[in-house]
Amino acid sequence: MTLLDVTRLSLKIGCYPVLKDVSFHIEPGEIVAVTGESGSGKSMTALAVMQLLPEQAEAKGYITLDGTQLLDQSEAQMCALRGQSIGMVFQEPMTALNPVKTIGAQVMETILIHKAMPRGQAEARAREVLERVGLPEDRFPLSRYPHELSGGQRQRVVIAMAIALRPKLLIADEPTTALDVTTQAQILELLKDLVQDTGMGLLIITHDLAVVADLADRIVVMRHGEVVETGGTRQLLRNMRHPYTRMLFAASSHRVALPEPPAPAPLLEVRNAVRDYKTPRKSLFAKPGRFRAVKDVSFTLNRGERLGLVGESGCGKSTLTRAILGLEPLQGGEILLGGEVVTTHLKPAVRRKLQVVFQDPYGSFNPRHRVERLITEPFHMLPDPPVGAARRDLIAETLTAVGLKPEDAGKYIHQFSGGQRQRIAIARALITRPELIIFDEAVSALDVSVRARILDLLAELCAAYSLTYLFISHDLSVVRTITDRCLVMRQGEIVEQGETEEVFSNPQHPYTRQLIAAAPVLPDLDQGAA
Amino acid sequence: MTRNLILGAVLSSLVLLAAAVSFLWTPFDHTAMNIPAKLQTPNAQHWLGTDHFGRDLMSMIMVGARTSIAVALVAVGIGMGAGVPLGLTAAARKGSWLDEVIMRGNDLVFAFPSLVIAILITAVLGAGAINAIIAIGIFNIPVFARITRGAALSLWEREFILAARVAGKNAARISAEHILPNVTNLLIVQGTIQFSLGILAEAGLSYVGLGAQPPTPSWGRMLADAQTMVSFAPHLALVPGTAIILTVLGLNLLGDGLRDWLDPKLRMART
Amino acid sequence: MLRYALKRLLSLILSLAVASLVIFLVVEVAPGDPASFMLGVNAQADTVAALKAELGLDQSKTARYLSWVAGMLGGDFGTSYTYRTPVAGMIADRMWVSLPLAFYALTLSTLIAFPAGIYAAARRGKAGDMAVMGATQLGVAVPNFWFAMMLVLIFAINLRWFGAGGFPGWEAGIWAGLHALTLPAIALALPQAAILTRVMRSALLDILDEDFMRTARAKGLTRRQALWRHGVRNALIPVLTIIGLQFSFLLAGAIIIEQVFYLPGLGRLVFQAISARDLIVVESVVMLLVFAVITVNFLVDLAYALVDPRLRSRA
Repeated sequence: MTLLDVTRLSLKIGCYPVLKDVSFHIEPGEIVAVTGESGSGKSMTALAVMQLLPEQAEAKGYITLDGTQLLDQSEAQMCALRGQSIGMVFQEPMTALNPVKTIGAQVMETILIHKAMPRGQAEARAREVLERVGLPEDRFPLSRYPHELSGGQRQRVVIAMAIALRPKLLIADEPTTALDVTTQAQILELLKDLVQDTGMGLLIITHDLAVVADLADRIVVMRHGEVVETGGTRQLLRNMRHPYTRMLFAASSHRVALPEPPAPAPLLEVRNAVRDYKTPRKSLFAKPGRFRAVKDVSFTLNRGERLGLVGESGCGKSTLTRAILGLEPLQGGEILLGGEVVTTHLKPAVRRKLQVVFQDPYGSFNPRHRVERLITEPFHMLPDPPVGAARRDLIAETLTAVGLKPEDAGKYIHQFSGGQRQRIAIARALITRPELIIFDEAVSALDVSVRARILDLLAELCAAYSLTYLFISHDLSVVRTITDRCLVMRQGEIVEQGETEEVFSNPQHPYTRQLIAAAPVLPDLDQGAA
Repeated sequence: MTRNLILGAVLSSLVLLAAAVSFLWTPFDHTAMNIPAKLQTPNAQHWLGTDHFGRDLMSMIMVGARTSIAVALVAVGIGMGAGVPLGLTAAARKGSWLDEVIMRGNDLVFAFPSLVIAILITAVLGAGAINAIIAIGIFNIPVFARITRGAALSLWEREFILAARVAGKNAARISAEHILPNVTNLLIVQGTIQFSLGILAEAGLSYVGLGAQPPTPSWGRMLADAQTMVSFAPHLALVPGTAIILTVLGLNLLGDGLRDWLDPKLRMART
Repeated sequence: MLRYALKRLLSLILSLAVASLVIFLVVEVAPGDPASFMLGVNAQADTVAALKAELGLDQSKTARYLSWVAGMLGGDFGTSYTYRTPVAGMIADRMWVSLPLAFYALTLSTLIAFPAGIYAAARRGKAGDMAVMGATQLGVAVPNFWFAMMLVLIFAINLRWFGAGGFPGWEAGIWAGLHALTLPAIALALPQAAILTRVMRSALLDILDEDFMRTARAKGLTRRQALWRHGVRNALIPVLTIIGLQFSFLLAGAIIIEQVFYLPGLGRLVFQAISARDLIVVESVVMLLVFAVITVNFLVDLAYALVDPRLRSRA
């Protein structure tokens, strides 16, 4: 018998339609992935099954769990089902747990709120599920608080809470998006195991097609609140019928062709760089401790070269970036840009050789300024910034180069989409023709289709302006296509460096191998027609 | 929630108008005594009645509004003038000894209730409107410093500030160009709230005799005078009390309304 | 936890030291010299000098500051310039009116604000919430001393449930004392309760948007259960801060309210001392008030650590 059957589900929030005639089903022991880009309505679908929708939401259609029509249930009846028959895991493990309660109390709460068993037994059960999700008693007693755990460990606690009463259906909404690749692999493995052991159904919501392909038995592809295509993973991957599905998969494994780099001539030289942070004092009179975020790092970036820097969160790549940008001082070694030492008090003449594009397309701009003023901020460093017609022409030329229109100069930033904002950020980095641009996770916050177009833009700009850049990312597939050479960083050290293709196809260091093995990959689609 | 904004703006501008008009015209001379007409309840001639000397309460309220507004406004000015630069500096030099000194200084002023500062100042310099302003103003400084620093700190983490730093702008220029304009809304809202608290504080200080001295009229002293007569002439207490409540209510509603109106998230939802 | 408490204690002592220095310096710059003021304009120079010696005014500033602080540590606040009696004794009598009044008001304000704030947050946007918010908007605008006059008019003069003022002393029994402080405490508490209610409500509304509240709902908790089990304790963190600040307002407010009810508290003492230029009394009362405020905020800091495990382990 079908475990969850969603039929012609439509949803409006206020007067905005969010879902239109969504239908799919899940059998016991089956993993179904709902995928799509932002705004596709995939998370709303999950919340609709939980009946945890925003207040003004209005749902029509059928959501049937084990024969019970969920849309007809009263709020009290839904409370009895949530946690008992349906468990849910959310995206952000850092904030999904109550900071002032112990993990034991929070897992036990699921059991006690449903009066499933007396307190003593509930405690034993909580211990047992925590053990099951990989948090053994000796290191993770029930009395631990969430802030004492890492993100991956917290996500395990959230999973333990969701499965404590052995629900028939588990919903996981982007459960690994906030985690590093190696942690992601472990959590996905755990979810797969749990499904196999307990026979529950798993509804996983994710934007990451590689995860979907790895994990799911069946795929539901959504766009603008509608299901565009659904089917068994293997069949669907072999025979994609809808053009959107084809576009999505093509964009996910998008490759670009970079022009050949010129003959090596050093531009940026990092020599034995060391960066320490003070840690809080352990006692009132002790010296503050030190945390070495960057340990004796050396590398060279040649003129015209595209260099990648990969590593997981906390590996020191952001710290190194800030030091190269001259935003933070080094405690040892030196950084040379075109032969001049980079310090936190850079002369404008050196400073203007450097530019940066950040990750967050929403936080990168002062909301009160127009595009024209935003992208000309680096003019500040020029000895004789262009004025009048020359200035207007340069703005128009730069906006055109990044695929925007000259008229966009007069608009405010909130009038642009995330992808367009990232183009504006690139325009700002490009306008003074710097010698080096640093891309700090510059495409990580974008949807795959937008990301593919930004990568195309970068390749075009490389050809047109022979850019030199350092591309920092946690996303291996992106680094693989957009760089000539790459560095792998771990715990403040560079463990491997070499030609990008060489590093990826023949990794030397065990950590690099582990990273590459953990990253989910799309299977090669022999279809090719996409 | 524009209802709050409109009601607040109407009430606040009524009070401002009354204070402004009082320079040109009041129904009676607010100092003119007329013993035969004493303790009248509100009537056609004396709209708000008269006090125990037969002075017209309407005129006294109008002139008293000047005192309240002047004291509270200048006190907010002191608070902003000193507090905002302190807060911006502390945020720009986060974690440095300067930040530490500014924040500890703030905590220290917070430990003195504003009335205690007023007591100290009047004990030393004598009572008067100027000293009331200083007392209330000093207490406003840490309020503005703290709120500015808090908002500025979160802005300093934003990527557009990093981009400005990469563009080689120094902390002072970034504070003026990027930080200050983005905390203005917050300061306007907090300003109206501190303004209303200033009105209340001025009334309290005048009530215990530490505020404006006679013959300058003030709402607080009108209440102090009314106290012994409250059993047989309650309107003496009701009239200035209502004036204070409506003014403070108006300013608070205006602050709440402005907060909703200026909030970019809410504004985007409207357009 | 112990380390955290010690750290806060150290900062308490530092604040007190700086506060005492500030108070001493402010009073130092006061124009005029207390000895001549006390003896009047016609006093002989040697009489003034003798009195100065007696009061210790002929010593250096540093010596006087140190002896003032040392005296206070031993419970000796010096001798009143006007009454020629120990200041400590004068303060001790009055303190037992003002401090209980402030605490009484703090208790009332908290007892009103918690349920009202939780009620309003649980019914966000509904009629109950609107009513509570309207009432608090008005409550914030009412000056407490005016409200006190209205309470006297209604409950003492018209209904005769309470006396119009005065204090029988704690010797008359704890109930008689509390009875006499009830109207003043209500007058002080209601405007503060209005503020605290708003803070409680908005803190809870912020918490309602947190991810862990959604997690709680996903476990099967009802809206109300989630609010009580996960919301309230987290909301306490900002609310405690305001309670600490409010104590300082209440203590200052108590000084004003004492005037309305003719209570023999620190307020009456300090205003008499100001008109008599009895600076040592003013100085001591101010120091005492600051001490009380700083101590209460120290207790609030300790309460934070009880509520928030992150503070306990960090420090």
